[in-house]
Amino acid sequence: MAGFDKVVGSYEEAMAGLEDNMTIVAGGFGLCGIPENLIKEIKRRGTKGLTVASNNAGTDGNGLGILLEDKQIKKMIASYVGENALFEAQMMSGELEVELTPQGTLAEKMRAGGAGIPAFYTATGYGTPVGEGKEVREFNGRNYILEEAIQGDFSIGKAWKGDRMGNLVFRKTSRNFNPMAITAGKIAVVEVEEIVEIGELDPDEIHLPGIYVNRLIQGAFEKNIEKRTVRSA
Amino acid sequence: MALTREQLAQRVAQEFKDGYYVNLGIGIPTLAANYIPEGMQVMLQSENGLLGMGPFPLEEEVDADLINAGKQTVTMVKGASIFSSADSFAMIRGGHVDLTVLGAFEVDCQGNIASYMIPGKLIKGMGGAMDLVAGADNIIVTMTHASKHGESKLLTECTLPLTGKACIKRVLTDLALLDIEGGKFILRERAPGVSLEEIAALTAGELIIPDDVPEMQL
Repeated sequence: MAGFDKVVGSYEEAMAGLEDNMTIVAGGFGLCGIPENLIKEIKRRGTKGLTVASNNAGTDGNGLGILLEDKQIKKMIASYVGENALFEAQMMSGELEVELTPQGTLAEKMRAGGAGIPAFYTATGYGTPVGEGKEVREFNGRNYILEEAIQGDFSIGKAWKGDRMGNLVFRKTSRNFNPMAITAGKIAVVEVEEIVEIGELDPDEIHLPGIYVNRLIQGAFEKNIEKRTVRSA
Repeated sequence: MALTREQLAQRVAQEFKDGYYVNLGIGIPTLAANYIPEGMQVMLQSENGLLGMGPFPLEEEVDADLINAGKQTVTMVKGASIFSSADSFAMIRGGHVDLTVLGAFEVDCQGNIASYMIPGKLIKGMGGAMDLVAGADNIIVTMTHASKHGESKLLTECTLPLTGKACIKRVLTDLALLDIEGGKFILRERAPGVSLEEIAALTAGELIIPDDVPEMQL
């Protein structure tokens, strides 16, 4: 197989090169579609001083929450962090810096980071604490604030299926932040439930082309559910 | 009598129109999905990347890959679609969602809303609320008219940090339905059995009471 084979042999290899004080952009929404094994590998490596951009910060014992146990995260960029007692404790004590970012702005910051757009104007957050200190510009009589793109030294994501070239297909709402997060890293690492041979995925059905992916690995997933809610028949 | 949560949800559902794409916030707004009138088609948008959200799953249908913005397991209706968070907020910011319903701590008569942060208390984050109020034209805020201590939540000026500026035009409380126009609250409907005096006493911002203020029909 030639140079387009993105498959790596181990999680250690998948996260090789991750160093202290780097920035990681991560996909996932709550515990849905999170790169859970890549996060476990970051914990195993013990990398410290990380800045992590992700919609949420996991829960106690799950997802990014496990990186708080050894205080590996220095700064978190997220829209909602309410499901994690350890997170609260570290935030309140000042050990963990938190930059709360509106969810749509966060998604667009990641998209822009991967798309070569350094900043964009949005009405979201104008006149609120989010807009403080940011450039304001009026377009068609409405005020917008300037928000800057996010790029990571690494990005980590999770997809359903990927071929060896890194072409990806996501499943249901586990897509969420993954497509943008993956594009925003200098080294993009993706774990999937199933790696298929090149040509098995219909080009029309690929959600994210392999050009954005540097390393691909197949994993086994716990897929924990945060709020199992059912109706009775 | 002040409206119950279920009655608030029923009144919210009266704002639905056939063919509407609707985003419902967590709590009372979500309950409104149970009162979509028979024969009316409404597609529910969940900002984590789903248009066409269905009811909660049966036990055997539970799928960890299919949740709503409140992280609850859900199902999809026929005609549903899935997309990324960036696409989801393009829909919201781009004004493609017909109606947004969300909760708040305070609203003022300038149309400002505060809903995500109480200084000194734990800050969990705004999630998608700031994008929703900035992007939607048609927003209904649902909340109790006053705090447990009897303090009005309909103010001259919000005291808490804002979620959005000058973006709210309609508020549904447990006592009344009000519009916000020209820097004033305008009373449109009152909850069954609630007096105009009671509403006026619990509304801190300037309140206009038209000659005819009908009772809500539930």
